Amino acid sequence: MVYKKRLDGRKWDELRPMEAKVGVVPNADGSASFKIGKTWAIAAVYGPRELFPKFKQDPKKGVLRCFYSMMPFSGSGERIRPGANRRAQEIAMVMANALGPVVDLSAFPNAVVDVFVDLPQTDAGTRCAAISAASMALAQAGIPMKDMISSVAVGKVDDKIATDLDYKEEHIEEFNPDSKTASVSDIPVAMIHNTKEITLLQMDGEISKEDLMKAIEAATVAVDKVYEVQRQALKEKFAKE
Amino acid sequence: MSNISVHERDIVIPGEVLAEGMDYLPGENTYRENEKIYSKSLGLVSISGRVLKVTPLSGPYVPKIDDKIIGKVIDITMSGWRIDTNTAYSALLNVRDATTRFVKKEEDLSQILAIGDYVVVRIVNVTSQNLIDVTMKEPGLYKVSGGRIMEINSQKVPRVIGKQGSMISLIKTKTGCEVTVGQNGLVWVKGTPEGELKAEQAIKLVEEKSYLEGLTDRVGKFLEQ
Amino acid sequence: MIINKETIMVLAAEGKRLDGRGLLDYRQPINIEMNISWTAEGSAKVQLGETVVMAGVKMNIEKPYNDTPEEGGIMINAELLPLSSSEYEPGPPGEKAIELARVIDRGIRESKALDLKKLCIQPGEKAWFVTIDIMSINDAGNLLDAAGLAALAALKSAHFPVVDSVTGAIDYKQKTDKSLPLTKEALPVTIHKVNGKLMIDPTLEEEKSSEARLTVASDQKGIISALQKGGREPLTSEEISQILDVAIEKARFLRSVLNRYLK
Repeated sequence: MVYKKRLDGRKWDELRPMEAKVGVVPNADGSASFKIGKTWAIAAVYGPRELFPKFKQDPKKGVLRCFYSMMPFSGSGERIRPGANRRAQEIAMVMANALGPVVDLSAFPNAVVDVFVDLPQTDAGTRCAAISAASMALAQAGIPMKDMISSVAVGKVDDKIATDLDYKEEHIEEFNPDSKTASVSDIPVAMIHNTKEITLLQMDGEISKEDLMKAIEAATVAVDKVYEVQRQALKEKFAKE
Repeated sequence: MSNISVHERDIVIPGEVLAEGMDYLPGENTYRENEKIYSKSLGLVSISGRVLKVTPLSGPYVPKIDDKIIGKVIDITMSGWRIDTNTAYSALLNVRDATTRFVKKEEDLSQILAIGDYVVVRIVNVTSQNLIDVTMKEPGLYKVSGGRIMEINSQKVPRVIGKQGSMISLIKTKTGCEVTVGQNGLVWVKGTPEGELKAEQAIKLVEEKSYLEGLTDRVGKFLEQ
Repeated sequence: MIINKETIMVLAAEGKRLDGRGLLDYRQPINIEMNISWTAEGSAKVQLGETVVMAGVKMNIEKPYNDTPEEGGIMINAELLPLSSSEYEPGPPGEKAIELARVIDRGIRESKALDLKKLCIQPGEKAWFVTIDIMSINDAGNLLDAAGLAALAALKSAHFPVVDSVTGAIDYKQKTDKSLPLTKEALPVTIHKVNGKLMIDPTLEEEKSSEARLTVASDQKGIISALQKGGREPLTSEEISQILDVAIEKARFLRSVLNRYLK
């Protein structure tokens, strides 16, 4: 089967509309809101601060710790029961790995920088939105960072490489009557802006090596569009009057 | 062939290119990779001759020897007090650095400084692990009494103090308040309730608009209202 | 955390506050945004000064409880997110979150603000169950009152999702234009006692400087549907009488603010 036109009419390399703002949680040392289509992530950074339990402290540098949580009313179906969630824990871990390479915590031995991301509504691409929001929040908090991290999910829907899949595309068998046997692979990617080095790479689905490399190429272009939005949001607060 | 892509007082974000080529030197909060100089912070560009530096618009306080800071007593130890400095690192104030008088061994230290008291102290030592020792035994260092403590980002402290103390003097004169600014971002203000509120708002105004020029005039106008 | 406790108490005795407000004044701005989350059946975000709270309503069809076969149900859950304050840690709700949820729950439940009988679909078999989840976004004090307002606004903004008439399955992606059967609008208002004086809408510092507090939920008619005393010091019955008057008056004020946003 051939995926002829995207369900929402977007071009294959087009991202959903994005909206970003920093400083949305005044209590936090840095915070940001990042929306892509209907997926919305709010990130808040607290730290460097004292790290407990003590055995987790690193005497050489600070530790970056991430937390990810979807609000109970943020799922596309039933209410999500709050509580320990394996998916959320895994996402928190890959988030920390995605952000870690650019963050410099050498001036903060034994301390921790905590990043909390909560999502009030979701429509696929949640971990990418979380990472993009967290990157802005870390910058606003003044945590030394050599570069920004931008993240977006790319994928293969049947025979097409598409950028920024939404929920309907991820579950195309449910939404497109022609796609009962559609194959979808969903690939969240995060990159360091200047070097385009990849700090997050995961996949749901099946894909050939050539298609995967094409998808990564598509991601390389797409993350720059996310970066533009992040950069604007960070600078917006300081408009010359 | 060197090439600078920013101007004085431009706002840059982490990873933004400041200059290319070996003519320029990477100053504070910047780094060089290959032939380019990049920013390490969200901040203001500052150019001094060939040195490019970025002044962060926000960021954690890194304790330095000789800095005057304001902290809160959070614990009483065998030989003194532990002080919360509003950072990831607490400070120790030894009883012999708190007072010139002789303190007997069994004396109740909480009679000198109690948990919850705020103190203006000076940092005398910082280890590689950021363990901090402070003293209160010099003129200009004391236990805070009355007034209110407020918090600003430590990166804004130089702006709040101003060139040769000009900004802080303006605020003190116009509000009739005593104001002590700790390098760690805690500020003590004491005066009438209305004066204190006005001073607090003026300080918050400096913090918020620190990146603008003509700030002293703007704050002056605010204080006239 | 900075707490200017002594100064707060000295000022309170003179009827003053750190930010220049009167003891019975709300912070500004007070903003209410409805339908902030498209995945919730109803939702709202309330901003009270710098305190920001979100509430979302989710609905489900379940078997009614054995002792109330002709009624649906309502449940209120609250999370004090670590994102909203350095004081909160990740993990299950602690006593502050539990108290907040239960007090708001009683205010709504005891006032019968939601007619549970109208939520029944098939007695003994099927009924609508409504869950309100309250999430703190920035805790700058007075979370409970902001949360109560957000919960009510979320209920008012809620619409039943479409139910497939053949399979009985709920299609959460489509909403009907049928609203929840709300009959009353109970709102909690918390009054604190600081150095003997009564104060509303405290900042975080003021909350930590208060010796006692009383939360009172009341409806448009001034009928009280929930009470919760907190704090380690006692209250006299004279103080309680004054508090009730303030709570009823302020609930009316908050309701008028909410109504402006509903238009």
